[in-house]
Amino acid sequence: MLCRCEDMTLDDLAHSVSRGYCDIEEVKRYTGFGTGPCQGKECLAVVACQLARLTKQPPEAIPPFTSRPPLSPTPLRLLARDPGAHRFPDDTEK
Amino acid sequence: MQGVMDDEEDDSRADVSGEIRLPATLEGEKPMPETCEIAIVGGGVVGLSIAYYLAKRGLTDVVVIERGYLAEGASGRNGGGVRQQWSTEINIRLMQESVELCRRFAVDLGVNVWFRQGGYLFLARDAKELARLEKNIEIQNRCGVQTRMVDPDQARGIVPELDTTGILGGAYNPTDGILFPWPFLWGYARQAAAMGVRIFTQTPVGGLESLPEGGYLIRTPRGAVRARRVINATGAWSPQLAKMIGVEVPTFPIRHEICSSEPLKPFLKPMVSELRSGLYCSQSMRGEIVGGVTIPGHASTYKMGSTLEFLATYARRLVRLMPILGDIKILRQWAGPYDQSPDGNPVLGAAPGHPDFFSACGFVGHGFMMAPIVGKLYAEWLTGDAPHEIFTRYTLHRFTDDSGASYPKEDFNIG
Repeated sequence: MLCRCEDMTLDDLAHSVSRGYCDIEEVKRYTGFGTGPCQGKECLAVVACQLARLTKQPPEAIPPFTSRPPLSPTPLRLLARDPGAHRFPDDTEK
Repeated sequence: MQGVMDDEEDDSRADVSGEIRLPATLEGEKPMPETCEIAIVGGGVVGLSIAYYLAKRGLTDVVVIERGYLAEGASGRNGGGVRQQWSTEINIRLMQESVELCRRFAVDLGVNVWFRQGGYLFLARDAKELARLEKNIEIQNRCGVQTRMVDPDQARGIVPELDTTGILGGAYNPTDGILFPWPFLWGYARQAAAMGVRIFTQTPVGGLESLPEGGYLIRTPRGAVRARRVINATGAWSPQLAKMIGVEVPTFPIRHEICSSEPLKPFLKPMVSELRSGLYCSQSMRGEIVGGVTIPGHASTYKMGSTLEFLATYARRLVRLMPILGDIKILRQWAGPYDQSPDGNPVLGAAPGHPDFFSACGFVGHGFMMAPIVGKLYAEWLTGDAPHEIFTRYTLHRFTDDSGASYPKEDFNIG
């Protein structure tokens, strides 16, 4: 098991590689790894290591995928209070 | 795993030692062929759809050239909406056919794209917006799309979680839907490759020249290829490719942001959208709430970074419309470029002075849903059928002469 959030295994990674989807961004999309609650914090390094092994590349040749905000899962209610929200004409509440 | 993979029998999978047993979809490190009949630049959904349908029509001497990875551009960054609620008859009819192709996609292409027809519910907050929906519905009904007006009570009947304070009514079509964008591309790519199309990723086009004997020379790091015909399917980057041969494409990139929540038990049936803010959200088959909002006044840019302004605005509008969602958590946000055209309609057909250079761009954020039918019609035309109306109506010529004056603008590019 490589990604616990999205239930992605070493076999799934090998499947992706064999199709030709070898870029870590492609692997993310093809297998769904790193798109769960941890957003790759737990699985990214281990997937990258195994990808390096399967594609016979040095680990340093595999950059991490683009990390996406927010840093940790954030409730909408909290975000809705941010003063930086754009106000539409009908948006009069504080 | 998310279970969208194009699965063969288990025993045909690559084993964990890395031995490769599956046919690869991509050409990997192979060199570019010297010649091809058609080169498609852009490995997004539009280019791959055209490639697939060309191959299906027997034209397999086709090369797809993608600068990055498949779905790196807008095709991998959109909300996956597929709707027939448009304001012009031609777009409504196109989308009726696209919906049919989406319904059959999993069977025809052997990959699960999690297409779900939960409908689209557009909501109006003033009389002007309501009138706009009513006008569109009249055209849609004439085309056979069963969109109907709903009052606030009926809207709550469809989505009980709505707070309809300030909502005057809406338009609901139950056969619109959503899909999961990425596997759509793998499906097209895999089937096109299996029929002989060669797909090169990580291959930027460094030069494009018109050859005196006809056709084009495309230079790439994998070598140059001479193509008799070229299709520009590079989305928001299409003006840059066209410029290499002196063709002006008057579209421009507008960044749109989008975000995804933690997965929830299925509860939200349709895509919900309010006209006022361009807010839209739907629940994917993965359970996530995926949505965005349109913040007006942003300048054209290729920069695709994320902003807190977007997330805060989306949260504010969404929690107001569906207060119960206040407690759900956002997992990630990203951005993608709309290829914005001056009249809201796509750019298709041959370029002025270049009968063998074709545009397939300018879809204003709705190229994904249009791609199945546009790819099919393109392939039919380029393999000998008479051109569909879209290839004579939506050409580049309309921006430089009077031919576009009589065509209605598409004003329903929402979200």
